[in-house]
Amino acid sequence: MQFPILSVIIFTPIIAGLLILIVPKERKELIRLIALAASSVVLLLSFIVYFSYDKSLGGYQFLEKASWVPALGIQYHLGIDGMSVPLVLLSGVVVFCGVLVSWNIDERPKEFFSFMMFLGASVLGVFSSLDLFQLFFFFELAIFPKYLMIVIWGSPKTREYGSMKLTIYLFVGSMIALLGMIAMYTAFGTFDLLELEQAGFAAGFQKFWFPFIFLGFGILGGMFPFHSWAPDGHVAAPTAISMMLAGVEMKVGVWAILRVGIILLPEGAKAWAPLIFILATINVLYGAVIALIQSDFKYVIGFSSVSHMGLVLIGLASLTEEGILGAGIQMFSHGVMTALFFSIVGMVYDRTHTREISKLGGLIKKMPWAAIGFLVAGFVSMGMPGFSGFIAEFPIFMGVWQKAPLVAILSIFGVVITAAYILLVTRRVFFGELATEYAEIKPITTMDKIAIGLLAIIMIAIGWFPALIEPVIQSSVSHIMTLLGGI
Amino acid sequence: MTVGSMFLAILPQMGILVLAGLILALDLIMSEKKHGVLGWITVIGLTLVIILDLSIVMPNLTATLGQGESQLIFGNMLRVDAVGIVFTILFVVGGIITVLFGMEDENLGKKGEFYFLLLVSIFGMTLMASSANLIMLYLAIETTAIPLYILAGFLVHDNKSVESGIKYLLFGALTSAIMLFGFVMLYGFTGTTQLYELSSAIKTAGLSSFSLISTVIMVLVGFGFKISIFPFHFWAPDVYEGAPSAISGFLSTASKAAGFAVLMRVMVVVFPDIFSSWSLILAVLAVISMFFGNFLALSQKNIKRLLAYSSIAHAGNILIGLIVADQSKFGLTGAVYYLIAYLFTNLAAFGIIAIVSKNLGSDEISAYAGLSRKSPGLALALLITLLSLGGIPPFAGFIGKFLVFTAAIDAGYLWLAIVGIINSILALYYYLTVLKVVYLYRSEDEEKTITLNNNWRLALIICSVGILVVGVVISPWLSFANQASLAFLGG
Repeated sequence: MQFPILSVIIFTPIIAGLLILIVPKERKELIRLIALAASSVVLLLSFIVYFSYDKSLGGYQFLEKASWVPALGIQYHLGIDGMSVPLVLLSGVVVFCGVLVSWNIDERPKEFFSFMMFLGASVLGVFSSLDLFQLFFFFELAIFPKYLMIVIWGSPKTREYGSMKLTIYLFVGSMIALLGMIAMYTAFGTFDLLELEQAGFAAGFQKFWFPFIFLGFGILGGMFPFHSWAPDGHVAAPTAISMMLAGVEMKVGVWAILRVGIILLPEGAKAWAPLIFILATINVLYGAVIALIQSDFKYVIGFSSVSHMGLVLIGLASLTEEGILGAGIQMFSHGVMTALFFSIVGMVYDRTHTREISKLGGLIKKMPWAAIGFLVAGFVSMGMPGFSGFIAEFPIFMGVWQKAPLVAILSIFGVVITAAYILLVTRRVFFGELATEYAEIKPITTMDKIAIGLLAIIMIAIGWFPALIEPVIQSSVSHIMTLLGGI
Repeated sequence: MTVGSMFLAILPQMGILVLAGLILALDLIMSEKKHGVLGWITVIGLTLVIILDLSIVMPNLTATLGQGESQLIFGNMLRVDAVGIVFTILFVVGGIITVLFGMEDENLGKKGEFYFLLLVSIFGMTLMASSANLIMLYLAIETTAIPLYILAGFLVHDNKSVESGIKYLLFGALTSAIMLFGFVMLYGFTGTTQLYELSSAIKTAGLSSFSLISTVIMVLVGFGFKISIFPFHFWAPDVYEGAPSAISGFLSTASKAAGFAVLMRVMVVVFPDIFSSWSLILAVLAVISMFFGNFLALSQKNIKRLLAYSSIAHAGNILIGLIVADQSKFGLTGAVYYLIAYLFTNLAAFGIIAIVSKNLGSDEISAYAGLSRKSPGLALALLITLLSLGGIPPFAGFIGKFLVFTAAIDAGYLWLAIVGIINSILALYYYLTVLKVVYLYRSEDEEKTITLNNNWRLALIICSVGILVVGVVISPWLSFANQASLAFLGG
């Protein structure tokens, strides 16, 4: 029997989270070490899983199956394919960097790291689930850590509003998606994703229920017009949680549109694709324009996430090989990028105690690593060749052009606006005059540097060696296209 | 059935009565100081009852069914089936946890009458779940209710408690009388009080639908009161607020479960031909209960009242299972599972309230500020409880809610499921708000830690473990619920 690596990946953070709850709250160093150890193990194992994934074989690998509630057709069923394995790796990376960036949190670190571990376990569980009930189970597991972490450790003025808005919005989304998932179950009597893929729901059923899935999960992915939880929630959240939320959680939403919506209900997807195109294009443009006019540094990044999720959605909505391939790469690339963005915003805030762009300036003199990290993330965001953003966006536009050239044109315009706000923000915050009150701020810590380094290297590596990610995702895209019936 | 197996079937009931008598006798004999022991005797006694139920009564039932004998015993007054067994265990577990929470309270657990009344009430509940005859049913309902009226008003020096006891009595008496009138009409129309003969007797009698529906409505008044749905819920907020917290917990879980058991059995067995009519009535009442309960809970400042309104909403949720029972096999299974999950959850909630009230002297939500610093363990237990009430995995409440919604969609009642999820969202808002107060808000007296005595600790552990286990290890409880559901439907 092969080593149940996926279960270990999921349960290590759960056990760590429970352990931390038992440790007395005075032993802060021990708590941090447990969290670091668990996230390192997860990171390492996720790298192993990623690089051991057999691209030539494709399909679902690292399968684990155990009976859970046979009377309801529910199983404990794990497995990953080319689309989900980069996201497992992404989760591992972001959780690890999140722990590093939060190293100096002194206010109740016990609850902080414990909840963070549960949050990590939740997303890892979702990406590895091959049973629909189990997927939802892990998905909802994240609700209480999200709420509590934002409301307790978030920015004091907006945390109560931001946390409740985020949690309620996401709960609404998950409830809508739950109805769709129950409907699929009652139609076939099983929750097994592999069986449901082959089930062949009636066309009318698909067209009726697809909106539940894409709306429900779309809310989680920040789809217009249900995206307003994202800027408020992400900005109110403490740094590590913003990284997790924007970097990983939003990907859960769009990935689930693919895994639960498009793959299981292809006819429904085809019927509703035009609507997704419209909403997603608005995401891209609207998100970018609003980001341009923000005066708060963190809100710029928050809206930029909304915009980039739009790119993933148009890639998926195109229902073409290139589009879905690009969407898959973009999920990973954007995840790493936004994690890097938020971590740097956090470092800036910790030292300057402001997020107002007008008050910041010249920070490259004091935080050169952070500035360079921000530049790298910025280039990825603009889709500059040499970085992972380009590798992602190019196939997306190729795919979308085949189906809806107008959408492609409008979205590329969105990329231009992205370049504008990224360059503007970079110049205003990091270059120019250094205000006198910041003359004595501390440089960033070693932990911070490791996080920045890891995230930046990943994005540059993919930019230069797309073969690190493209074949993995491609192996699943062909399978998905077969299910879509070769349109 | 043979006489021997008849008595074996009511072994739990006999056990509870013996225990009650024992407690009463010991209360008289023992000095005041030793009264704490009574609590532990009750707990041990009730645990033995559960063991007996599982090891003797269940195999006895299987044997009876296997031989194709009638399940009606004692002059067709009671029915031996999975409903009785499952619900008996439910009530007794509820009793154990309530006793554990109330044990050390001088005004509650230190008085022997507390245990006696609780035991008699549980005895009545087990009879309610097994009744096969209208007269038995009424007797069982009253046997359950009267001790509860007294228990609600148990704190005789507390005006609120006495008021709640009287309010409960008046409401209970009124609704009970209306329900009894409904029973009388049924007897008058059909000439029989046997639940399992009534439906064919009704058909033979050829009643006008007006008479039938009026009878149903009158009967529903009494049952609706027990499960506290709109418009028979008016007693709930005041009674839950005034009664001692451990008793409020018992009322909101075990008593409600007994009410549901009776409702489900009577409606399904006596009025199957007009299922769609009464299920429509119940659907309207359920929807109103859910919205009403959740909207009113949003503005509550007292945590006991908040839980009272939330329990009105939950009753609406559970009703969904019954409403779709003829079209989906998940219906009654979901309702019973929900009741199991709700038992552990709400008992924990009111238990925590009892502990906080004892230590901090207040039931206002604002008093819970800083609880996570005063007692992290208690705050964690409250987190588990509130999330379970909100229906969030991995807690028991999620599975109950999930099953009920699955039943609704399976039966084609999408609109009911949508109402359900809208209400889940409303409810989550106020549960999270309480959590926010517990974890975020600060208070001046944070150094005052709360110590938990052994009985509280045991009760909290049982509840928390129960919530987690019912939420994750689903199969065994699902099979219990399924067997009960099949038994309701005639198996």
